[in-house]
Amino acid sequence: MYICSKIDQDILNKSITLTPVRTVIFSALFLAVSFLGFANEKEITQEETPFDPKAMILHHVKDAHEFHLWDWRGSPISLSLPIILWTDNGLTSFSSSRFHHDDEGQTIVESNGRSFVKLHEKIYQLDAGASSISYDSEHHPTNAHKPVDLSITRNVFMMWVSVALLLLIFLTTARNYKKSKDGVPKGIAGFMEPLIIFVRDEIGKPMIGEHKYKKYMPYLLTIFFFIWINNIFGLIPILNGANLSGNIAFTFTLAVFTFIITTFSGNKNYWKHIFWMPGVPVPMKIFLMPIEIIGMFVKPISLMIRLFANITAGHVIILALMSLIFVFKTAAIAPVSVAFSLFITVIEIIVTAIQAYIFTILSALYFGMATEEEH
Amino acid sequence: MTITGIAAIGAGLAAIGAGVGIGKIGGSAMEAIARQPEAYGKIQTAMLIAAALIEGIGFAALFAV
Repeated sequence: MYICSKIDQDILNKSITLTPVRTVIFSALFLAVSFLGFANEKEITQEETPFDPKAMILHHVKDAHEFHLWDWRGSPISLSLPIILWTDNGLTSFSSSRFHHDDEGQTIVESNGRSFVKLHEKIYQLDAGASSISYDSEHHPTNAHKPVDLSITRNVFMMWVSVALLLLIFLTTARNYKKSKDGVPKGIAGFMEPLIIFVRDEIGKPMIGEHKYKKYMPYLLTIFFFIWINNIFGLIPILNGANLSGNIAFTFTLAVFTFIITTFSGNKNYWKHIFWMPGVPVPMKIFLMPIEIIGMFVKPISLMIRLFANITAGHVIILALMSLIFVFKTAAIAPVSVAFSLFITVIEIIVTAIQAYIFTILSALYFGMATEEEH
Repeated sequence: MTITGIAAIGAGLAAIGAGVGIGKIGGSAMEAIARQPEAYGKIQTAMLIAAALIEGIGFAALFAV
C-alpha cells in the first residue's frame, strides 16, 4: 500500500510540474484564445440583423427538427433528423436537411406527391395547387395546414439517447451484482448503489410505508433517474438545449403515469376521503366532495408545471444572461454576464437533482396517500 | 395601462409572495436544524416539499401572464 502511494506520488510530481511561470503563460494563452473567439462572434453579429435575444432563447428552449451544433463562417453545422409525416396520402418521410436550414417557409420540399414547408419549426403541408405559402395579417399561413407530425425531433432523439444510456448503466449494474459472489458492488454498481438506496430509504419507505413501498420502487427509480439524466442533458451546451424535461408534453406524460398509478392503487379509504369525507358534518361532506375531486387532478398538473417551469426557467435565465453581451455590444459586460451565468449554471446543476427528487417524492407521497390504511 | 401590464404586475406580486413564502420556510428550517441538528434529514425533506409546493403556485402565476 505504502509503495503504491509512493509511486503515485512520484508520477504526480513528474507530470504536474506547473511552475508559476508556466501557469501564467498557460492562463494568458487560454485568455487569448477565448478573446479571439469573442472577437469573431462580434464581427458576425454586426454584419447580420440586430441581435434578438427572445428569438435566440426560444430557438434554444423549443423543440427542433434538426440538431443545430454551431455556426461556422456564417453557415450552421447541424445533424439532420428524419421528418415523418402522416398526410392524406399516407405516411411519408424525408430528411430535415432538404429544408436547407430554412425556417421561414421559403424552401418547398416535395415528398410522396405533397409539398411541405417548415415555418418556425412546424411542418406545414401546402394545399393542392399552391406554389408558395401566403400569410394573413397575423403571419399565420392561409393556404397550408399541419399534417400529423411523427418526426424524430431533437427531443425524441435525446430521449432515446438517455434511455440507451440508462439501460447501459442499469444493465451493467445488474450484471455486476450477478457476477459478485459476496454481494459487494463492483465497478459502476458501487456508484449506483447509494443512489438507489437513497431513493428506497429517503423516498419510498417514509412516504409510502414499510409494507407497501416495494411495489412502487421500479416506477420511482425509473422516473428519478430518467428525469435526472434528462435534466443534466439539458445543461450540456454542445447538445444545444435538448430541453427534454423543459418540454410540457414530456412532463405531462410523466404526470399522467403518476395520476394513473395513484388512481388505480387507491383503496377504499382513499375514495372515501374523496367522495364522503369522514368525521365532518354532512353539509361539509357535500362541500368538500368537488374540492377533493379537483384536487385529484390538480396534483399531477402541479407536478407537470413544476418540472417544466423550473427547467425552462433555468435555461432562459442562463441564455438571457449570456445574451446581455450581444445586447449591449461591449466586452465590458462580458465578465459580469459570464460570471453570473456560470453561477446560475452551478445552481442549475443542483436543481437537476432537486427537481428529480421533488417529482419522485411527491409521486411517492401521492401513492402513500392512496394506499393509506384507516387510522 | 393594458391588460397585459396589469397581468404582469399580478405575476410580480405572486412572485413576491412565493419568495416571501420560500424565505420563511428556509428560515424556519434553519432554526429547526439549529435546535435539533439530529433531525436534519427529516427537516430538509419537509422543507423541500413545502418549498416545491409554493414554487408551483409561483410558476402557475407566471404562466398565467
